[in-house]
Amino acid sequence: MANFMEFFVGTVKLVFVGSKRYYAWMAFLIVLAAIGLAAWSQQLSDGLIVTGMRDPVSWGIYIGNFTFLVGVAAAAVLLVIPAYIYKWGPIKEIVLLGELLAVSAICMCLMFVTFDLGHPERFWHLIPGLGIFNFPVSMLSWDVVVLNMYLALNLCVPVYILWKAYHNEHPNYKILWPFIIFSVPAAVSIHTVTAFLYSAFPARAFWNASILAPRFIASAFCSGPSFIIIAFQIIRSTTKIKIKDEAIFKLGEIIAYAMGINLFLLISEVFKEYYSHTVHLAPMEYLFQGLHGHNGLVPLIWTAIALNVSAFIIMIVPKLRKNFKFLNLACVMMFIGVWIEKGPGLIIPGFTPTPLGEVWEYSPTTTEVLISMGIWAIGLIIFTLLLKVAIPIETGEFRKPGLENK
Amino acid sequence: MSKDKKTVTTVNPRTASRRKFMKGLAGTAIGATLAGKAMASAGSKKSGFLTINSLEEYLQKNYREMTKEEKAQVLARMEKEYSERYGKDVKVKDTEPIDGVKFTYALDLNRCIGCRRCVYACVDENNQSRENPQVQYIKVLQFENGTMDFEESNRYYNPEQVPEEGKYYMPVQCQHCEKAPCVKACPIKATWTEDDGIVVVDYNWCIGCRYCMAACPYEGRSFNWGDPHLPAEEMNPNTHYLGNRPRMRGVVEKCTFCIQRSREGRYPACVEICPVGARKFGDMNDPTSEVRYIFEHKRVFRIKEDLLTEPKFFYFFG
Amino acid sequence: MKRSRLIAAVAALVLLGGLGLAVANQAGDFPVDPPELDEDYYPCAENCHNDMDVDRTPRVLEDEHSDIVLHHAEQFRWCLDCHDAENRDVLHLQNGTKVPFEESYLLCGQCHGDKFRDWRAGIHGKRTGNWNGQKHYLLCAHCHNPHTPKFKAIKPEPPPAVPGGAEAGAAH
Repeated sequence: MANFMEFFVGTVKLVFVGSKRYYAWMAFLIVLAAIGLAAWSQQLSDGLIVTGMRDPVSWGIYIGNFTFLVGVAAAAVLLVIPAYIYKWGPIKEIVLLGELLAVSAICMCLMFVTFDLGHPERFWHLIPGLGIFNFPVSMLSWDVVVLNMYLALNLCVPVYILWKAYHNEHPNYKILWPFIIFSVPAAVSIHTVTAFLYSAFPARAFWNASILAPRFIASAFCSGPSFIIIAFQIIRSTTKIKIKDEAIFKLGEIIAYAMGINLFLLISEVFKEYYSHTVHLAPMEYLFQGLHGHNGLVPLIWTAIALNVSAFIIMIVPKLRKNFKFLNLACVMMFIGVWIEKGPGLIIPGFTPTPLGEVWEYSPTTTEVLISMGIWAIGLIIFTLLLKVAIPIETGEFRKPGLENK
Repeated sequence: MSKDKKTVTTVNPRTASRRKFMKGLAGTAIGATLAGKAMASAGSKKSGFLTINSLEEYLQKNYREMTKEEKAQVLARMEKEYSERYGKDVKVKDTEPIDGVKFTYALDLNRCIGCRRCVYACVDENNQSRENPQVQYIKVLQFENGTMDFEESNRYYNPEQVPEEGKYYMPVQCQHCEKAPCVKACPIKATWTEDDGIVVVDYNWCIGCRYCMAACPYEGRSFNWGDPHLPAEEMNPNTHYLGNRPRMRGVVEKCTFCIQRSREGRYPACVEICPVGARKFGDMNDPTSEVRYIFEHKRVFRIKEDLLTEPKFFYFFG
Repeated sequence: MKRSRLIAAVAALVLLGGLGLAVANQAGDFPVDPPELDEDYYPCAENCHNDMDVDRTPRVLEDEHSDIVLHHAEQFRWCLDCHDAENRDVLHLQNGTKVPFEESYLLCGQCHGDKFRDWRAGIHGKRTGNWNGQKHYLLCAHCHNPHTPKFKAIKPEPPPAVPGGAEAGAAH
């Protein structure tokens, strides 16, 4: 217990002491988070009527962000797994960072779905034993299970490694190994289950496609690593942690292949719908061309396609991706591109037109946007704080008193 | 018609005395229960941050897991609460399914003239929110003769008179599927199919995730995006727990074949109002019933039959 | 000759069926609303027709009933094909059987056999009451004017609000 108190005091010191840039960054995030929480309190007081969602489009950017972030969480781990298993040096050092990103992303996911509920205070209805859990029938119940399991897994592994490092000990790989192996299917499962959540029901032709799960995984391998590449460069320039260029370029290469697959799957979908030209085409027409004069998503999705294709070209050419300017540009483009594709570009066409053919356009309200930004800010705060503690342990700066110099 | 009125006096659970201190408590379960207690002791019936009036209500079990005594308690509590709120003697029943009955609905497309009398009879009977949000269980679609493409249908038609030349009308509401996708979707079994085939929602158990709405191929479900606006003088006090009792915001609701009427042998409100007699309702298991006659003597079909949800709502040409 | 015999046979069958129903109905199978008879005219015999000679010639009425528009197979039909010439307070079937206005469905059923069958089964026409018990029926003439039977167009109730529109304060 005393041991833990010591550790706790140490982390508090780490969190509250930092450079000017650190304070500015945190202040920025805290302001955004505060605005988001204030907007949430308005939503809590008035109900979801403050959002742009209505019966025809009953899910919006909350669920869009949720879906995107599940991908980020999954990819963060899938990427670093080879590091453990094949002991590929350059990536191995940064494995922890990926897992901490996964933790932060899952926290955001859980916030997004909670904030989307009509009755978040009734959450106990979901807890097995207290409430009733429609498992295994409901895909949503599967999602609750895998997301929470994944969160626990990604908390346990880094905490164990860091705890050991804090005591200047090596982790016991006999204990760690099963968890690491298990995190591979777990990462795949969170994104697969999330895809199944949508593809489960024929009521929504746009989602009811078997290609959805593979496409989710492919695009996750673009968004997650894009974020990691940028984050790694910031980390290595602001801390003592060493991240080799080789590792970053490797991630770029993986992204390139993933985006190639993602674009290929997109083309497969577009071909099938447009060529067969059944009633199922309508949502895709709404997305790419507009339907009955409603074309709110058209500029967005073409922006996404332009971003993704350009980023793909940059990433696939070794010379370009090994130039940090191009690499970073491509990462930002891809992150935004995949967000559009998997956020609004996936959720809204699922509802448009409605099953009875109404074309009703959803657009988020200011409250909704502020809440979403707030959740992103909270997620980034979590990620920053986790790194603020984890990195000094990794580099050996933060040790149990008495073990500092070993 | 009263529906044309722009201003209606409504019981708006938001505008009246909201307690300021509750703001700080919102968001957590503890906050929820404490706030609930505070509201209950203050005798308030308005929803601010939360729609809960008591700890008892917050901890209420799923309807299907309640014992007879627990049900009686809950119904009594609700009757008291609703009677106070609407200033009339509100009855909340829990009439059970009649043994062996399988409710079925049949709608005659040759007869329907698209007058929407059913839409408003349903709203009046079932205590839906009149506006902000407007909740209507029945959507009447107008089609050009010769097509049945939903995308080409129009639900906002408003001519001087119906039926219009060259058009036909198809009202759609919850189809009470035998294999209901919404029931499958719900993560907490807040919605289910009763023994008589009615798909119901426990409004006090629903967490408002709206996955059922995404799963429904018929737009059979509506969500209370804000506090329902139900004028006290228009409130129908004859209610059922699983049916037309007043809803709170943040929950999904739907057609229940007027469970408060049909379980007592009466026709649903939409059947009785229909000026052309296009709507037929009864027990499919009864060989002498009207719906059985239709099934055996008419050409019937179900919409989106290819989804194999097996609706208990048939369309026919009489 | 043969044809008229056939018609008589059909009429007899319809009549028998109709009588059967009427009996069942009188036994309380289902209540039917009484007909809405115009008090300006009814009882027709007592008020006017008892004092008049019967003129069976099909013609355009000019002195009385000029407001009645006959748009119901009018090329084959005239008043006294349905209204009884001897007693204007009843109707008569094709074979001469007199039926009161309360049972006018027997008259309609002569031609509209399929609708009559559906009506008896509860399929055609408006029903109120109980799906498993007492049902309330309406006569054909409650919804269809026998002289111009096509169902009249009516004003529809207002369309639904476009979701989100009202909250934004937009009137539509």
